[in-house]
Amino acid sequence: MASTQIAELPRAQIAGRRGRFPWHIVVFLAPATLIYTLFMIYPLLDSLRLSLFTRDEAGVEHFAGLANYAALFFDSQWADRFWNALGNNVLFFAVHMLVQNPIAIGLAALLSLPNLRFSNTYRTLMFTPTLLSVVIIGFIWKLILSPTWGVAKSMLSTVGLGSLFAPWLGQENSALVALSLVSVWQWVGMPLLLTYAALLNIPDSLTEAARVDGAGQMTIFWRIKLPLIWPTIGMVSILTFVGNFNAFDLVYVTQGALAGPNFATDILGTFFYRTFFGFQLQLGDPTMGAAVATIMFLIILTGVMIYFYLVQRRLQRYEL
Amino acid sequence: MSHSFLRGAFLAGAALVALAGQAAAADVTLTIESWRNDDLKVWQDTIIPAFEKSHPGIKVVFAPTAPTEYNGALNAKLEGGTAGDLISCRPFDASLALFQKGYLAPVTDLKGMDTFSDVAKSAWITDDGKTLFCVPMASVIHGFLYNKSIFESEGLTPPKTRDEFFALLDKIKAKGEVAPLDIGTKDQWEAATMGFQNIGPNYWKGEEGRKALIAGKEKFTDKPYVAAFEELAKWKPYLPDGYQAQAYPDSQNLFTLGRAAIYPAGSWDIAAFNVQADFKMGAFPPPVEKAGDKCYISDHTDIALGMNTKTKNPEAAKAFLEWVATPEFADIYSNALPGFYSLSNHPVTVKDPVAAEFLSWRKTCESSIRNSYQILSRGTPNLENELWNVSAQVLNGTMTAQQAAEHIQQGLDSWYKPAAK
Repeated sequence: MASTQIAELPRAQIAGRRGRFPWHIVVFLAPATLIYTLFMIYPLLDSLRLSLFTRDEAGVEHFAGLANYAALFFDSQWADRFWNALGNNVLFFAVHMLVQNPIAIGLAALLSLPNLRFSNTYRTLMFTPTLLSVVIIGFIWKLILSPTWGVAKSMLSTVGLGSLFAPWLGQENSALVALSLVSVWQWVGMPLLLTYAALLNIPDSLTEAARVDGAGQMTIFWRIKLPLIWPTIGMVSILTFVGNFNAFDLVYVTQGALAGPNFATDILGTFFYRTFFGFQLQLGDPTMGAAVATIMFLIILTGVMIYFYLVQRRLQRYEL
Repeated sequence: MSHSFLRGAFLAGAALVALAGQAAAADVTLTIESWRNDDLKVWQDTIIPAFEKSHPGIKVVFAPTAPTEYNGALNAKLEGGTAGDLISCRPFDASLALFQKGYLAPVTDLKGMDTFSDVAKSAWITDDGKTLFCVPMASVIHGFLYNKSIFESEGLTPPKTRDEFFALLDKIKAKGEVAPLDIGTKDQWEAATMGFQNIGPNYWKGEEGRKALIAGKEKFTDKPYVAAFEELAKWKPYLPDGYQAQAYPDSQNLFTLGRAAIYPAGSWDIAAFNVQADFKMGAFPPPVEKAGDKCYISDHTDIALGMNTKTKNPEAAKAFLEWVATPEFADIYSNALPGFYSLSNHPVTVKDPVAAEFLSWRKTCESSIRNSYQILSRGTPNLENELWNVSAQVLNGTMTAQQAAEHIQQGLDSWYKPAAK
């Protein structure tokens, strides 16, 4: 009784002031809005604007409508590279979805088993690569996989699999998958921690009740735990999607901006870098670069929208 | 007593402040933008002290960027107005574009520009040949470096003809101890620069072929160019294991560790190799078809120095550029950085034996520059970058010589219309 009175008091006060502009809301929203507008929305809109222009030799900008986009999609000089980069990016994403996230969920399920020893140690070890700089990761793996100095070759030879070794990063058919797996190795800690946290949130009473009903660990995972963490897995997927389509650093560090061999590891990030900043004798083209950046933005936007409107609404959430 | 002491202290302090202010006003700092991060130590220890000694009051900072990032980074810095006072110029179009956008100041009227030959100036001059926008610094020569101790213990001699070259490679391969030919394709540019542009001039007769390409009289699908790619394709069996994933530093280390016999080189490698390798090196020019054939070498005008139009210290920057044209600089540069050859006409004695060997080819062979640099890399797709890609593919065996030539010519045809046929 007393508590409802206290809760109703402010509401009555606000009602009394009805009609006055709620300045406090503006004041609280202002810092975030200003900073976000200045550093995110304005640059985004300006790069949208820039993508509608071209530059002549003297560096003067002219309005060109959608010419940059037309070239990007249909002029084979640009389009070949663009579609190649987009295709590679999709494969890059697919490897993450099919390898990184299942491994992460599996490891999280193992880590959350109640009577596992040293689980903190495992957790820390598995998360360590995520904390390292991409430059270090790229350098380490370049050395490990190097046919000249790398340990991969000799390690495979000691177990009698030496013939399986190939210069993976230098072959067109294996370079992208090899790089994707390196990226998976690095980032597996993120989905691991998120799903681990979600699994820990599941009350023991549920699993105990299941066990009383005669369910084994596998059944408990598939029938009880997994349905409860679907929302987390959905969030992990969308984070993976955004991260993968923005990826650049690992390819740049290990393969360079030309994303060799023969553009086999070229993803949208490296394609954008070469277009915008130029590379060796190729001069940077800021307006075309802005067009590429806009397309990247639209791809990510579409992906996220599809997720929010089609997937997330159908996910069932359970009150625990 | 204490009063006069205080007054004395105050006066002394004021004098000190005044002196310090004066010194600060006189000291001008020039920043040099460059892609030669390998040369940082030489600039700091040798070249800059020599300049600062004869030009008191000017301090110089050498601020290099990684070679592959240089152009992109420099363009961004120039646009943002944060670039250094002096700017290292890539040859031809990259720098010409900077000049046309007003980022580089003309240097035609500086003292000492007459000490450079027309060939030296050609890489940094407007198309009408009137305005020079960078002071030529150095050229680099291509050829092959070899490990002398391996050659001596096996009783091998440097080849003169292509047949001898491949017979030699066969011999080293049969022995099986070291990689015969040391080049990788992971970074791609070596395949084009140290491969195609290295052996190519012998096929397309140096300048003759290069100018014919620009004039549209020859095409990459013509015999000499396809033949150059064909020879490149023949290198494949002699390369180190896993060369597809071998980067440029890997190749350098393989050679300096004595695990490879012959290294397709640019003369710029000499300085670093002198420090790292504990064996004697030798050098030979790209082998010709028949003994006694005229030989052609890639003697590429590689580096020059220009002035940022927005520099706050134009006088000091000009003083530095004029110093670059002096015999003193030519001598210091050529000897402090063996493998970079001054482009001025001042007689310079190169003391390093390997660097001198490269230089001696200028007397016996015709010099040419890389055929993708002048005019032909102005459009999209960029010819130079395309050459990297196809040369690496030819070495990888994923493209035949004919396919490579056709691909290159197709890209060039898509935008380049030769002026006169």
